[in-house]
Amino acid sequence: MDWLLVGSSGDMALAKIIVVTSGKGGVGKTTSSAAIGTGIALQGFKTVIIDFDVGLRNLDLIMGCERRVVYDFVNVINKEATLSQALIKDKRTKDLFILPASQTRDKDALTQEGVQGVLEELAKEFDYIICDSPAGIEKGAQMALYFADAAIVVTNPEVSSVRDSDRILGILQSKSRRAEEGKEPIEEYLLLTRYHPERVALGEMLSVSDVEDILAIPLLGVIPESEAVLKASNQGTPVILDTESEAGLAYTDAVDRLMGEERPLRFLDIQKKGFFKRLLGG
Amino acid sequence: MGIFDYFKSKGEPSSASVAKDRLQIIVAHERSKRKQPDYLPQMQQEIIDVIRKYVKVGSDDVQIQLENIEDCSILEVNVTLPDN
Repeated sequence: MDWLLVGSSGDMALAKIIVVTSGKGGVGKTTSSAAIGTGIALQGFKTVIIDFDVGLRNLDLIMGCERRVVYDFVNVINKEATLSQALIKDKRTKDLFILPASQTRDKDALTQEGVQGVLEELAKEFDYIICDSPAGIEKGAQMALYFADAAIVVTNPEVSSVRDSDRILGILQSKSRRAEEGKEPIEEYLLLTRYHPERVALGEMLSVSDVEDILAIPLLGVIPESEAVLKASNQGTPVILDTESEAGLAYTDAVDRLMGEERPLRFLDIQKKGFFKRLLGG
Repeated sequence: MGIFDYFKSKGEPSSASVAKDRLQIIVAHERSKRKQPDYLPQMQQEIIDVIRKYVKVGSDDVQIQLENIEDCSILEVNVTLPDN
């Protein structure tokens, strides 16, 4: 693992910048950012999750802090607010902060220098900076990944999502700061979400190994399709805190793997059905 | 899989394996395009223009591909000449 060195004054700040990205929309980037950010903070690392989706702020809702947003990322870039004014301290998890996106419709609100300034300031205080990318491959998505040290590519086992993930991998390898400066490339991890083991067994859905074969990047985790995800977002609680749910536990495993632990994959077996149900294919 | 599916699905490849095959082809194609240098589209156009200066061919009759095999790049220009 290598660490980003920030600060031209010679002071060394150690912060790891992780982008959660996908290309395609609706695959679970914000859900995953909220869950993984919370999971890292639970391990005792000071963590901030930044919503890069300017104009379509949603991380605040998923984290349940939507009524506490006063200033946002763009206000900080434009020096209309300080970072400490804009950061929202999570009420449930110690060491966790959220930097909300702006609801402005100005697409050029995020400048590269502005983003860099905010990240450098955050890097002095935080251990992990999670960048929740917007969908697409436009400027917002490029800003979210530009300064990253690692990328979590959220993918559904479905053709358009897999293709878009491959496209994002190409951008990570060519348009990031690490690529432009010829440094060690961004670490890439696959997070497969909305996985139905039953449908995979029936040959109706791409399997984990199918997606691994195509994208050829290390697997961080597989999150099974779970009712707990909608329930958690309804309540504004990151799903990782639902330790009764398979999705929550699968996210915990993914965070442990991100931290270098070995965790076997779970929840990929089909739930046992009764004999008659199986016989009739119900 | 129930007994009904057993009769139904015999012989046909599963939709997941169709998806995997299609993805492998399109992803390989898009990756090879990604590795092309930025000047390639313009160079392709200029080569086509030069050929058309001398031979009457449509723009679809000239195909130009750059292939990278290990440390060797092959520029392939394929011109379909008119019948007479």
